[in-house]
Amino acid sequence: MTMDAEARTLAEEQGKEPSKSRRALVIAAGMAGGLVLLWLVGQFAPGDVGSIARAMMREALSPQTAAVAVAVIGLNVHFGFTGLLNIGQAGFMLLGAYGFTISIRYDVPLVPAVLIGLLAAIVFALILGLPTLKLRGDYLAIVTISAAEIIRYVGRSALLTDFTGAAQGIQGKTYRDPFTDLSFFGSGEASIGFLNYQMTGVNGWWVRFVAWTLVALCVLGIWLLARSPWGRLLRGIREDELAILSLGKNAFAVKMQALVIGGALGALGGMIYVLPSSVQPDSMGRALTFFAWTALLLGGAATIFGPVLGSILFFTVRIFIKGTADVVVPNSLMNSQQTEQFSWIVVGVALMLLVIFKPQGILGDKRELRFNV
Amino acid sequence: MSETTTRTPGFDSADPEARRALMAQVAPEPGSAKPDPILKVDRIVRSFGGMTAVDVDHLEVQRGVITALIGPNGAGKTTFFNLITGFDKPSSAREGAHWSFDGATLDKTSPANVARAGMVRTFQLTKALNRMTVLDNMMLGATGQAGENLLKSWLSPLWRKQEREIEEKAKDLLQRFKLLEKKDDFAGSLSGGQRKLLEMARALMTDPKMIMLDEPMAGVNPALTQSLLGHIQSLRDEGMTVLFVEHDMHMVRHISDWVVVMAEGRVVAEGAAGEVMSNPAVIDAYLGAHHDTDLGDDSLLADATMEALADEVRDEEEAQSEAPRTTEEGR
Repeated sequence: MTMDAEARTLAEEQGKEPSKSRRALVIAAGMAGGLVLLWLVGQFAPGDVGSIARAMMREALSPQTAAVAVAVIGLNVHFGFTGLLNIGQAGFMLLGAYGFTISIRYDVPLVPAVLIGLLAAIVFALILGLPTLKLRGDYLAIVTISAAEIIRYVGRSALLTDFTGAAQGIQGKTYRDPFTDLSFFGSGEASIGFLNYQMTGVNGWWVRFVAWTLVALCVLGIWLLARSPWGRLLRGIREDELAILSLGKNAFAVKMQALVIGGALGALGGMIYVLPSSVQPDSMGRALTFFAWTALLLGGAATIFGPVLGSILFFTVRIFIKGTADVVVPNSLMNSQQTEQFSWIVVGVALMLLVIFKPQGILGDKRELRFNV
Repeated sequence: MSETTTRTPGFDSADPEARRALMAQVAPEPGSAKPDPILKVDRIVRSFGGMTAVDVDHLEVQRGVITALIGPNGAGKTTFFNLITGFDKPSSAREGAHWSFDGATLDKTSPANVARAGMVRTFQLTKALNRMTVLDNMMLGATGQAGENLLKSWLSPLWRKQEREIEEKAKDLLQRFKLLEKKDDFAGSLSGGQRKLLEMARALMTDPKMIMLDEPMAGVNPALTQSLLGHIQSLRDEGMTVLFVEHDMHMVRHISDWVVVMAEGRVVAEGAAGEVMSNPAVIDAYLGAHHDTDLGDDSLLADATMEALADEVRDEEEAQSEAPRTTEEGR
């Protein structure tokens, strides 16, 4: 009886499974341990191994990795928990970035500027959700991908040069000061081994500290929401919306709440994304949306730590592939520009293999996919 | 509407004699008035293009008894369920379609509001939430959960106590439906029959006044059928109203207090189970003359019987080709 055997292995898995909070601790410790290990290799390994590890470590800690992680946490609320197909997360990010930076350029203080960025994403989510959330899921996918492109094209339009800087974008120095002024890290530089950055500066320890603190707060917030009856309702809607309706729940309102929360997290990610650099509409296009999706599937949808782990892995593994290809493949076969492209190809192939062989991602519960009808 | 909100005095739904006496007052004709209807439906029409799937002029469902809705495939039973539970909108919405449940008008309302009014349904194709545990499935059914409010959800002290109460209630119901030992399994790992039980138990978590079961016995093994029947009867005995769609005539005869027959979208007959099944119109439309015959019986294989059957089939085919059927299953 295959059913029996399956039931028994299931029971065994459940018996072995440590409690949820212990599992969370193990995952967090594992991620921290992995980073420490990477740092040790970067610090002490000689030659190419060391240099690849150093590049990976810098990428892992980069504020832009943290920014994508926040946006992926938002995407996880959409897709992982609620089953909403948002293929325009970069649009939410860009909108948040525009709302934030343009407000600051018009002398709005920092906190209201952040709120304006979030509000822009919330209004955007409402506009996209109202007509589509009563329809089948595919419609949201179509609308989000096109709306994200509309945002990008409007931002690039020459008519708006005074506001958005059109295709040139907005330079970082025009909006960064209110943020760096808040820093209590002081000036100067600090190093942890080979990791050597300015304390505050344009792209220093301060922005890294703020970015990763926000990631931690988002993880905490989503954990609180996901374990609540509201989180249970989200998963119920993901499984079967009609069944939820038949139990007297307002599925539309709950889906809208999820869309707004995920979108606001996307906007927050967008603001972090532009802090150490500049607002470039073309750097926040479809490609960024797909990176976010890859990171989500890699880490595991519907998990708490999956988005963070997925984002870190996505960017570091690419650096690893590029660095290794640079070292191993002779320049006559593949120069460093080509290894850059090669690394993206490998990432794409890896995503395909992942979806085929480990569709639940690294941290996902394979039982959640085993019984898929 | 105090008439509809108060129960018939002295009526005990657990007493078969009382039920028989109550339903004996009702005229066995389509659209007949009931002593204490919990659901009243008027002029509800649903057409898909040129085809009319449901065209019910008037129907009342008596409170506190089990009413069966039977009819051939494509009679519009499921569509009718979808219409009155808000999952579909009647084409006659602006032409006097009107239905009320327990005194409250439900003409323009969402499925969620219908469920909140106390009319909860199950589905023909079971909708267990496969990638959630059995216990989570159950706990989703509870109404009025503070923790389902986004603003309160992240503060667990606001809902922890209610959550424990709901969990107790869910476990009690699971115990009753013999699913308690499965509570931590994913619903998708249950057998088809267990999923039907789970769906029914989940519907009961909402404390409904009336439960609507769409083919509760389809694909359920005989042993489980017995226990399902027992559950349905005990719900009725506790005072709940049950309306169900079913094809299994033995079951219909066994547990229903009243039978409504639909064919081609209309209510063609109503009455107590025994009477309805001997009604020539019903036999014609649905049951066939041999519905009482056991098809596994060897005596059927006698030549004379086979010839008689073949003749009948020929007659029916001729009759069919004169009046081609156009209706289909609604959804």
